[in-house]
Amino acid sequence: MPTNVVMPQMGESIAEGTVTRWMKKVGERVERDEPLFEISTDKVDAEIPSPAAGVLAKILVQENETVAVNTVVAVIDGEGAAVAAPAPAEAGRDDIKAEAPKAAAFAETPRRAVLAPAREPGEKVRSSPLVRRIAREHNVDLAQVAGTGLGGRISKKDIYAYLEHAPQTSGASPAPAAAPAVTMPAQAPARAPVAKKMVFTGPTNVVPMTPMRNQIAEHMLASRRTSAHVSTVFEVELTRVYNLRAQQAAEFERRNGLKLSYTPFFVRAAVEAIKEFPIVNSSVDGTNIVYKRDVNIGVAVALETGLIVPVIKNADEKNFLGIARAVQDLAERARSKRLSVEDVERGTFTITNPGIFGSLFGTPIIHQPQVAILGVGTIEKRPVVRDDAIAIRPMVYLMLSFDHRIIDGAVADQFMAAIKSHLENWEEPVL
Amino acid sequence: MPVMTFLEAIRQGIWEEMERDPSVFLLGEDIGAYGGAFKVSAGMLEKFGEDRVIDTPISESAIVGAAVGAALAGMRPVAEMQFMDFITCGFDQIVNVAAKIHYRWGPAVPMVVRGPSGAGVHGGPYHSQSNEMWFVHTPGLKVVVPATAYDAKGLIKSSIRDDNPVIFFEHKLLYRRIKEDVPEEDYVVPLGKARIAREGTDIAVITYGAMVWTALEAAEALAKEGISLEVVDLRTLLPYDEQAVLESVRKCNKVILLHEDTRTGGMAGELAALIASQAFEDLDGPIVRVTSPDTPVPFSPPLEEFFLPNAQKVAEAARKLAAY
Repeated sequence: MPTNVVMPQMGESIAEGTVTRWMKKVGERVERDEPLFEISTDKVDAEIPSPAAGVLAKILVQENETVAVNTVVAVIDGEGAAVAAPAPAEAGRDDIKAEAPKAAAFAETPRRAVLAPAREPGEKVRSSPLVRRIAREHNVDLAQVAGTGLGGRISKKDIYAYLEHAPQTSGASPAPAAAPAVTMPAQAPARAPVAKKMVFTGPTNVVPMTPMRNQIAEHMLASRRTSAHVSTVFEVELTRVYNLRAQQAAEFERRNGLKLSYTPFFVRAAVEAIKEFPIVNSSVDGTNIVYKRDVNIGVAVALETGLIVPVIKNADEKNFLGIARAVQDLAERARSKRLSVEDVERGTFTITNPGIFGSLFGTPIIHQPQVAILGVGTIEKRPVVRDDAIAIRPMVYLMLSFDHRIIDGAVADQFMAAIKSHLENWEEPVL
Repeated sequence: MPVMTFLEAIRQGIWEEMERDPSVFLLGEDIGAYGGAFKVSAGMLEKFGEDRVIDTPISESAIVGAAVGAALAGMRPVAEMQFMDFITCGFDQIVNVAAKIHYRWGPAVPMVVRGPSGAGVHGGPYHSQSNEMWFVHTPGLKVVVPATAYDAKGLIKSSIRDDNPVIFFEHKLLYRRIKEDVPEEDYVVPLGKARIAREGTDIAVITYGAMVWTALEAAEALAKEGISLEVVDLRTLLPYDEQAVLESVRKCNKVILLHEDTRTGGMAGELAALIASQAFEDLDGPIVRVTSPDTPVPFSPPLEEFFLPNAQKVAEAARKLAAY
């Protein structure tokens, strides 16, 4: 009996997914629960196991195609069955698919969510006469404007919102040196500064963003627009933590089957500091400050294709081992694309670790709707002054980007001082 | 200011003009001793005498014809149609005689043909029509459709003073339902000028007559949903206030054209053409019409209710247009 394979719904708010890779070819045998294909959605990338054992009879959605959830993407013929005669309508569709050259997949433009900030080149932009006039007057490329009207149509509201947020071209019209200061071209009306799309004109390769990339891009810009970002940097000595690891890492791994990494130390220190300064664990809602009762710490994981932030739920209720296990589990599953939507939701504070690539410190962007993010720089031995002598100590720079709308510098620095103190005076046993 | 009905406002307007100008006189069926089918001329026979309040035979052609003759002879007749549906019998005298005389050989024809029109009172197909467009399509006439008591008085006075033949439609549903403060002193409302009945920002609803009240009811309901309707009351359909229509469209960028009259060939079509040609680049959505369907007014009350535009239908159209 043939089984339809559908695009799974990876979370309540997710309406579509992109097939990024087929792991089986048509005609190949697949076991039940064996990974069949990979998908990319707005929130997570995932490997999708086969719902049945049998032979992959048909692939209906090619790689890099985006379809709505519950769309049939493939058909598996049941145990021992010969390839069933396809239904006429589907046969027709198959034929069309077969004609599409594989090479086109690269240039193929995945369909995007209605709220995407921009459209693919050549995609029809739906607007109105008014919107087209405003676009003309302000020199706006409508393909860059998100539409919220019926069927993604750009309405008056949308283009005004775009104009409001569009980057203003600074110094776009330098005064001509020789021109007398008083002349004004008669037809130059006083208009809002023009938001001009800058285009590189040399040879290029154009690759559409993955849904995840697109989401990251949107989230980062949205965060910059939302929060009043300020960053502060602290230098922290890790001698106690460093020595603890040196002495107990082997035993820790033997007992727990886990490597003793630095990350759980920073998570623990952050959790303790949050208990002291709960505003760091809040959100802004209009003119309200929303204090979260849970402490859920997101730990950013860099992937080949982007970045994902799985969340350690109720980190304040876990001991050192519990946090170490959660960090390890989430990071592993992030890399093997086995995170669920639940794994990346409800974070209340985030830790990112650019130090693994050698960065001393950076200024991370806040993960909305949170109000602060802790960055961990590279850990290395540095000469420092101790008792008027130069000493060699394992050191790290910790940085906090915080939302100055509700967190003042004094609070942020006291929060960081608490983290520093916790790490420098580490007492908690890890075994 | 005294509170008066729409009907009383018209009666007072005519009364004042008769006092002001001895050339003004009335003619129509049962308007004298009986005071008119709806009592618009109640008490006028007693006040002004039978030379100025003339009961006529049941012949609209004769009524309009006599009015045209009197107007040419220097009088200012006000002819009543018992129902505007019956104006058809005087049609030739209006469109081929009254409307064309000035263009053909010069003289003015200062006359008013007025009477009750419109549905919503279970009057059936012969007592409910909104037949204003027959005359809007006749150059040489003016066509007036008031919505408020204040305007009804001011507009009937302007119509009587105007040197052109004016067809004056009084929606019978408004006669006794609309009660307003109306000044007792002499004032006029100019012909050809629209009125903003309600200011709004999202969608302009352009309408006239009884539908002004329907639009206001819809606007009130939609305000709670955050959709702001502007209501434009045209007041005069010929010549209509193009400037006011365009200004409102340019402000709101979306427009609903609303009338009780049937759809095809209705005022909405004319307005749509104006807007599309003069304000195309101000439109942020399609031009939407809310009208009665293309059938005679049904006699059955439920069918009549289905037939007529109402606040729910306007609100539904506005929600769709707002989301467009």
